[in-house]
Amino acid sequence: MNKFTFLLWLLLPWNVLAASVAAPFQVELDLNDHASLERGLKVFMENCSGCHGMQYQRYNRVAEDLGITPEDMENKYVFTDVKIGEHMNSAMPQTDSAIWFGAPPPDLTMVARVRGNDWIYSYLKSFYVDPLRPLGVNNRLLHNVAMPHVLQRFQGKPLPVRDDKGHVIGTEAIGGELTDEEYDQMIKDLTGFLAYSAEPIQTTRKRIGVWVLFYVAILFVLAVFLKREYWKDVQ
Amino acid sequence: MSGFLDWVEERIPLMKTYNKHVGQYPAPKNFNFWYYFGSLAMLVLVNQLLTGFWLTMNYVPTAEGAFASIEYIMRDVEYGWLLRYMHSSGASAFFIVVYLHMTRALLYGSYKKPRELLWIFGVIIFLVLMAEAFMGYLLPWGQMSYWGAQVIISLFGAIPIIGDDLTLWIRGDYVVSGVTLTRFFALHVAVLPLVICLLVFLHIVALHEVGSNNPDGVDIKQNKDENGWPVDAIRFHPYYTVKDLVGVAGFLFLFCYVIFFAPEGGGYFLEKPNFEAANPLKTPEHIAPVWYFTAFYAMLRAVPDKLGGVIVMFGAILILFFLPWIDRCQVKSIRYRHWYHKLNLAQFGVSFVILSILGALPATSLTTIMSQLFTLLYFAFFMALWWYSPIEKTKPVPERVIYK
Repeated sequence: MNKFTFLLWLLLPWNVLAASVAAPFQVELDLNDHASLERGLKVFMENCSGCHGMQYQRYNRVAEDLGITPEDMENKYVFTDVKIGEHMNSAMPQTDSAIWFGAPPPDLTMVARVRGNDWIYSYLKSFYVDPLRPLGVNNRLLHNVAMPHVLQRFQGKPLPVRDDKGHVIGTEAIGGELTDEEYDQMIKDLTGFLAYSAEPIQTTRKRIGVWVLFYVAILFVLAVFLKREYWKDVQ
Repeated sequence: MSGFLDWVEERIPLMKTYNKHVGQYPAPKNFNFWYYFGSLAMLVLVNQLLTGFWLTMNYVPTAEGAFASIEYIMRDVEYGWLLRYMHSSGASAFFIVVYLHMTRALLYGSYKKPRELLWIFGVIIFLVLMAEAFMGYLLPWGQMSYWGAQVIISLFGAIPIIGDDLTLWIRGDYVVSGVTLTRFFALHVAVLPLVICLLVFLHIVALHEVGSNNPDGVDIKQNKDENGWPVDAIRFHPYYTVKDLVGVAGFLFLFCYVIFFAPEGGGYFLEKPNFEAANPLKTPEHIAPVWYFTAFYAMLRAVPDKLGGVIVMFGAILILFFLPWIDRCQVKSIRYRHWYHKLNLAQFGVSFVILSILGALPATSLTTIMSQLFTLLYFAFFMALWWYSPIEKTKPVPERVIYK
């Protein structure tokens, strides 16, 4: 098996070459932590879903995966008059939002698969006050972003920290409802929920995968013994 | 039961065919690791056909519905995600297996007389497989599907005189659109799979007519016992069916690892921009074809002139057809050939891998110069082979295959 493993391994270092826009902050997520994901869902529904939809994700799927009862889901998290089996579309018409913000807010179902978890987490930490922008804020990761800093109430006013040349190298938030640590936890929960939504099956597939590999490994061992038995008489 | 089988046998050669191709097929006993990939290619083909059929049941081949239907399969269809990952990972697995299968042929001279036609059928399968994979990649209708197709189809525009009309004919529209999607769907799920199955059939018939080569490149039919059975051969079944089972289990372990733990293949089996629906108004920052095409893409970009690049790219595949006549050495296996042939073959393999990496990177002046160098080395393999193979000093080839 060595040669084959080696040849496959040859393909792996390519990952390094694929790095897109570097995210300055890394985030460790536990997608089995349903409490965290539910907090993320709450943040999403209360702060994001006004403009951003999740057009491929259904309310009842989220409820089922996160262990939320259908009643709780409908009472706490479904803000429009849709049924629980429907997609989590944004209530805002795309044509209106395109006029208001210059671009329609992107659908967020799979943003984690397009951008990566670190990117989302970093993006939410990278807003800074910029009076030159129409909404008063800019973003270090997505320059001249059209989106307002929706979570400013929680983080506080993110004043830019600049180096000698005037480049923004960090932010310092003042006057937020949450401490820095609490804000980090909030956007970590949100990132986790977005990571979950991008591929709801991911924890299940890994759980099944362990058993599949276990089974295939046994098959491999049995096949090796079977082969040896049959090949005994080959001189 | 045997009465029934006799009744059938008198009307259709059921057992006769089974015995010719499996039960009594004489296979050299010294097959090594490299000989797993033929049967594995068949396994992956079956995987692609079966998962493909089931995906078709829920896929919607329209510009409006394609992307959403993939997510419907991923989220709402029971085990749809598994079918989809088996199919998408299977595409990459197909090329890994086929590239290794072709490497085997290069190592042991399996393309040489009397196996020229076998080799040619193989190269045609490789070509059709590339078309099949390319068309399949458009179907999810993501950003990379769309823009990859846009770039590749536009290559045909470089052909003088007919170029523009040809691209229009392929797309069925002035840009890649829903019309292109439906025709690619038809070709991907019906026409090309039939062609591939037919070619695989011919490939196997050709193989079993002339017999299998082996790591020593010895013709086992030269040494037969009194019953006409080659002394170095064993029956395909059960010997190689049980041996290939080991290969299948080993392959499945790696394949299932990808399906269940890394279905995106580090962004190479499923590219990140493809999780965003196709948008004809928004070009991705960096358009790269899927990894199994990047070597050829690097060759295309290496040539400053577009038509020249297209010629070089297709030339890189077409030259493979002539390999049985380019290599004029009488000795088949690398084991008994001169060290400079080993070196030449090694540089060819390394050049191909490096070109694959270069083709995945954004074009810079450095990658362009490197692509030019390794494109030259790719073709230099064939030129050097043509020159030295008739006068090559080889080692003596043994009478019998070496086993244990």
